[in-house]
Amino acid sequence: MSDTSNNPSAAFVRNEMIEQSAAPARAVGIVAWLRGNLFSNWVDSVITLIILYGLYLMIPPLLNFAFFDAIWSGTDRTACTTEAQGGVRAPDWFGGCWAYVDAYFNQFIYGRYPDDEQWRVNIVFIMFFGGLAPLLIPSVPFKQANIIFMSIVFPVASFILLTGGNLHYTGFLLPGFVMEPSATRFWVDYAIITAVVLAIGYGVSRGTDSDPEPMVKMVLWIMGGLAVVLALFAVPFGLEPVETDRWGGLLVTLVIAITGIAVSLPIGIALALGRRSNMPIVKLFSVIFIEFWRGVPLITVLFMSSVMLPLFLPEGVHFDKLLRALIGVAMFSAAYMAEVVRGGLQAIPKGQYEGAMALGLGFGQMMRMIILPQALTLVIPGIVNTFIGLFKDTTLVLIIGLFDFLGQIQSSFTDPTWASPVQLVSGYMFAAFVYFVFCFGMSRYSAYMERRLDTGHKS
Amino acid sequence: MKRRILSVIAGTAVLSLAAGAASAATLDDVKSKDSVQCGVSQGLPGFSNPDQDGNWTGLDVDFCRAVAAAIFGDPSKVKFTPLSAKERFTALQSGDVDVLSRNTTWTMSRDTALGLNFSVVNYYDGQGFMVRKDLGVNSALELSGASICTNTGTTTELNVADYFRANNMEYELVAFEKADEVVAAYDAGRCDVYTTDQSGLYAQRLKLTDPGAHIVLPEIISKEPLGPVVRQGDDQWLNIIKWTHFAMLNAEELGVTQANVDEMKSSDNPSVKRLLGTEGEFGGAIGLGNDWAYNIIKAVGNYGETFDRNVGPDTPLAISRGVNAQWNQGGLQYGPPIR
Amino acid sequence: MALQDVSQDVGQPKVALFNDPKIRGWVYQIVLLVVIIYLVVVGVQNMFANLAAQNIASGFGFIGRNAGFAISQSLLEYSQAESSYGKVYVVGLLNTVSIAFIGILLATVLGFLIGIARLSHNFIVRGVATVYVEIFRNIPLLLHIFIWYFGVLRLLPHPRNSGDLGWLGLLNNRGWFAPKPLPQELFFITAIAFVIGIIVTIFISRWSRQRQAKTGQQFPVFWTGVGLILGMPVLVFLVTGTPLEFDYPVAGGFRPSGGMTIIPEFIAMLLALSSYTAAFIAEIVRAGIMAVNKGQTEAAHALGLRHGPTLRLVIIPQAMRVIIPPLTSQYLNLTKNSSLAVAIAYPDLVSVFAGTALNQTGQAVEILGVTMLTYLALSLLTAAFMNWYNAKMALVER
Repeated sequence: MSDTSNNPSAAFVRNEMIEQSAAPARAVGIVAWLRGNLFSNWVDSVITLIILYGLYLMIPPLLNFAFFDAIWSGTDRTACTTEAQGGVRAPDWFGGCWAYVDAYFNQFIYGRYPDDEQWRVNIVFIMFFGGLAPLLIPSVPFKQANIIFMSIVFPVASFILLTGGNLHYTGFLLPGFVMEPSATRFWVDYAIITAVVLAIGYGVSRGTDSDPEPMVKMVLWIMGGLAVVLALFAVPFGLEPVETDRWGGLLVTLVIAITGIAVSLPIGIALALGRRSNMPIVKLFSVIFIEFWRGVPLITVLFMSSVMLPLFLPEGVHFDKLLRALIGVAMFSAAYMAEVVRGGLQAIPKGQYEGAMALGLGFGQMMRMIILPQALTLVIPGIVNTFIGLFKDTTLVLIIGLFDFLGQIQSSFTDPTWASPVQLVSGYMFAAFVYFVFCFGMSRYSAYMERRLDTGHKS
Repeated sequence: MKRRILSVIAGTAVLSLAAGAASAATLDDVKSKDSVQCGVSQGLPGFSNPDQDGNWTGLDVDFCRAVAAAIFGDPSKVKFTPLSAKERFTALQSGDVDVLSRNTTWTMSRDTALGLNFSVVNYYDGQGFMVRKDLGVNSALELSGASICTNTGTTTELNVADYFRANNMEYELVAFEKADEVVAAYDAGRCDVYTTDQSGLYAQRLKLTDPGAHIVLPEIISKEPLGPVVRQGDDQWLNIIKWTHFAMLNAEELGVTQANVDEMKSSDNPSVKRLLGTEGEFGGAIGLGNDWAYNIIKAVGNYGETFDRNVGPDTPLAISRGVNAQWNQGGLQYGPPIR
Repeated sequence: MALQDVSQDVGQPKVALFNDPKIRGWVYQIVLLVVIIYLVVVGVQNMFANLAAQNIASGFGFIGRNAGFAISQSLLEYSQAESSYGKVYVVGLLNTVSIAFIGILLATVLGFLIGIARLSHNFIVRGVATVYVEIFRNIPLLLHIFIWYFGVLRLLPHPRNSGDLGWLGLLNNRGWFAPKPLPQELFFITAIAFVIGIIVTIFISRWSRQRQAKTGQQFPVFWTGVGLILGMPVLVFLVTGTPLEFDYPVAGGFRPSGGMTIIPEFIAMLLALSSYTAAFIAEIVRAGIMAVNKGQTEAAHALGLRHGPTLRLVIIPQAMRVIIPPLTSQYLNLTKNSSLAVAIAYPDLVSVFAGTALNQTGQAVEILGVTMLTYLALSLLTAAFMNWYNAKMALVER
C-alpha cells in the first residue's frame, strides 16, 4: 500500500486541498429556503401565490385601520367622522377610533363602579395578579403560603373591598317571637348550629370507636374560621357599599370567571370521585349531574338561573342578580371540571391506589395524600383550558343583562357622543384584542405546563 | 344514626320556614332596610338611564325618588335594579324589587293573572314606527313587506302582528333580546322599521348614528298606558305608590313647584294645605308622615316638572305633553283630590 | 403469632358496625338520597307556592294556544294567525337542527383543511393556518357572532341596490334571496333515480371490496358512483323534459319578492359557528395525524404509495381513531353553541321558544325544562351515534 500523499513524485496527485466551493445557489440561502418551503412544486407555488395575494389584500388595510389611519385623541364623534358625517376627517377616511376606546376605557375596566372607589378594584387586581404569578411559576418558593393567601385571604379581602363589606346579619334559625332579628340573634343561631355540628361530630366519633378529639378540633377550626370570616364581613370598615349592578366591564368578567373556576374545582373533584365511586347511588347522582350540565347550553343555564331559580327559593329569600349568574356558571363549569379531574384520576396507575390501601390509609387520607396531589398536578393544563373556556363564556352573561367586558363595550355603542361608522369596528377590535391577549397568554401557559409535566413516561 | 339525620332535616326545615316567615308588609320591609328597591330599565333615555357616572335619571327614576322621599323624606334612599323585559315580572314577584317603575304597559292579563297590581299611569303612550327618511314612507300603511326590528318580551311584537294582520300587510319580524341590540341592528340597516312605544322611539333615536335621518311615523297602533307596578295583596303599599303620583299631579294643578313649595306651605288655599300636610292627617292614613307630599315635591318637583326635565320639549327627546297634560289642559292626567 | 391473631379476628369480627365499609357506604348513600329528595321536595313546594302566589299558570296547556307572533325563518308552514306554541317549538327546533347540521358539515371540511395545512411543509400555508387557529379559538364565540353579524349587515348592500348574483338570485342586507326550486309533475322520477343510484353504488362498493379482497383486482367505484348518483338522475331529468322550474326573486319594494330567503342572521351564525369550531377541529386533526407513527408513512412510501394515497389510505384512517372522540365533543359544542343565536335574533329554539314564547306566557319552568331536555336529548343522540361510529372504526384486535 503506497501512501499517495507522501509521494511527491506523482504529478497527477494534488498536494493541496481544493478550496471548498460554495453550495449551488439553489441549495442554500434564501433561494433554497424559498424552494423548500414555498415553491417545491407547481401546486405549492400556486397555493403560495394565492395566499400571498390574500395577505396583500388583507394586511395593509388592517394595519392602516389599526395604526396609520387611526385616531388616538379626540373628545367626541367629530374626531372620528368624515366631513360629510359631521366630523373633520377627509371623505375617504376609514380608521380606528382609539380616542373613543380611551374615553370609555375606565368603563370598560370597572363598569359603573364609582370613580372614587376604583382604587379598591385596583387593589383586588393587584392582589390577584400578584398572588397568581408566583403560584404559576413552578420555581418560586413558598407555594403553600401562596395557596393559603389565594384561597383564603384573597377571596375574603376582595369580597370586602368590592362590595364594601359591612353586612347586616339578622339571624336565620330562631323564630321571630324568641328573639328580634339582630346581629346578636345571628350569632346565637350560629352558636346553635356549631353546637349541633359538634354534637354530630362527637357522636360519629364515638359511634365509630375512634378518638373524638381530631373530629371536634376540625369542626371547631372550620366553624371558628367561618365565624371569623363572617365577622370580618360585618365589620364596618367605612367603605362605601357598592351594589353589584354598578359593577361591570373586565371586573365582572374576572369575578365570574375566577369565582366560577374556584367554586367548580372542589365540586368538580367531589363529582369526579363520585363518578368513580362504587356506591351506586352516589355514582348515579354524579353521572346524572355531570351529563345534565354538559348536555345543555350555558345560555339556557343562565336563563334558568335568572328566571327559574327565584321560583325555587322560599318567599322572601332573594339572590343578587350577579350571584344567580355565578351559581349557574359554577354548576356548569363544575360538570366540565369533574370530567377534567376524572381524566387525571384515571391516569394514576392502579398501583398507587393499592399501595395506599396496603399502607392502611383510609379513603380520605389516600385521596388527600396520594391520589389527588398527583392527579391534580397532571390536570393543570386541563384546568387552565377549562378556565380559558369559562373566560370566553362569561361573555354570555350579557344576554341576561349583566355588563361584562363585552357587554360594557356593546352598551357604549349607543352613546351618541361617539356615534360614528367606525365606532362598532373599533370597539369590537379592541374587545377581540383584549380577549386574545388573555386567552392566548393562558393557552401558552397551559402548553408550557403540559410540556413540563410530560415526564416521558407515558406509554 | 337515624335520629341524627332527622334532626338535620328538622334544622333545615326550620331554616326554610324562618326564611319564609321573613316577608312582611312591604312598607315595614322598606323601612327596615332603609331604602326602596326600584326596578328600572337597562337604559332608556328620558325614563331610566344611567349616566356616565352611574347616576340614574329619567321620569321613572324620579318616580322612585318621589316614593323614597315620601317614606323617608330623603330621595336618595332608593336603590335601582336594572331589569330586562324578560326578568321584570319575576323580579317583582319574587321580591327582588319593591316597585317596578319600568315603562311597563298596563294590560288586563298582567294586572290579573300575573299577581301584580298596576297602580297608576304615569305616562300614556302608544306603539309607533320609526323609519329612515330616505325610504319616503309617510304612513304605516305603506309598510307592507317591510322588515321590522323590535325587542322580545313585550306587547309590541303582538301589537305589530295584529296591526299588520288587520291591514292585510306582510312583514318580516326580527326580534332581539335587548333594546341595545335592536338599535344596533336597525342602525346597521337590518330593518326598514323600528317599532316600540313612541316615547321609546324618541329615546332610542338619540342612540342612532345620525338621528336626523330618521322619522317617527304619525300612526299609533296601540294603547300603552305605562306605570309603576307592585305585588298584589299589599294595599297599603299600593296606596303609597298611587298617592305619590297623585300628589305630584295635584301639586302641578295647584301650582306647587319644587321652587315655591316652602312658601306655599303658608298658603291659604285649603287644597294646598291638605296636600302639604298643614291641615288634616292624610299622611298617617297611608302609614307615612304628614309632610309626605311636601317631601316629594321638595325632592323631585311636581309631575309637570319631572316631565319637562326628563322628556319635555327642552330635552333631546323633545316630547310634547299631548295626552299626558293635566285633565284641564285637554290631557288624561287626573289627580283625585286629597281630602 | 401474628398470623394466628389475624385468623382469629377474621373468625369473629369485632369491628363496629359503622366501620364496616359496606354499611358505611350505604349510610352515606342514604344520607345523600335523603338530602337530594329533601332539596327537590322543598324546591318543588316553593315553586308551587310561588306560582300560586304569583298567579302564574302551570302545566302544558299553553302548547295548544295560538302564539300570535311572527318568526323570520321557518322550514315549516308557520302563520302567526293560526300556529300554536307547539308549532313555535317545532319551528325553533328545526332551525336549531338546520344551523347545527350545516355548521357541522362546514366546520368539519374547514377544520380538516386547516388541520392538514398546519402540518404542511409549505411555510406560508403552515403559518397562515397557525395564525388562523390561534386567533379564532382565543376570541369568544359571541364576539365572533357579533362581528360576523354586523360585518355581514354593513358589507351587504341595501335592498334598493341589491347585489345581483345572476342565476343565484339577489344578495342584500335582508338576506340572500335564492331562486326557489319548483318541482314539476315528473320530477319524482329524477328523485327516484337519485335514490336508486345511491343504493346501487352501495352494493357495488361492497361487491368491489369483496372482489378486491379475493382477487386483488380493483374496480373504479368512485367514478361508477359519480355516474350512478349524479349522471343517471341528470340523464333521467333531461329525458323527462327538465321538470324543474325556478321561482326567481324579483327586486322591488322593501325587499325582493319570490324565491326563498336565507336571512342574514343565518348567514352570520353559520359563518361564526363554523369558522370558530373549525379552529378547534383543526387542532384535533393535527394531533390525530401526529399521533400516527411516522413508520406508517415511511412504510407506505416504501410500498410505493404516493403522498396522496398515503394520506388517504394509511394515515387518515388510523388518525380517525384518535380524532373521533374529541371531534364528537366539538360537534356537541357546536350544537349547543348554536343557542347563542338569541343574541342576534336568529330564530332558533332558545330564541323563539325559551325567549319569545317564555316572555309571552311567563311559564319559565315548563319552557326552560322542555328546552333543556331537548338539548340534552340532542347531545345524547349525537353522542350515541358517534359512539357507534367510533366502535365501528376502532382497531379490531385479535
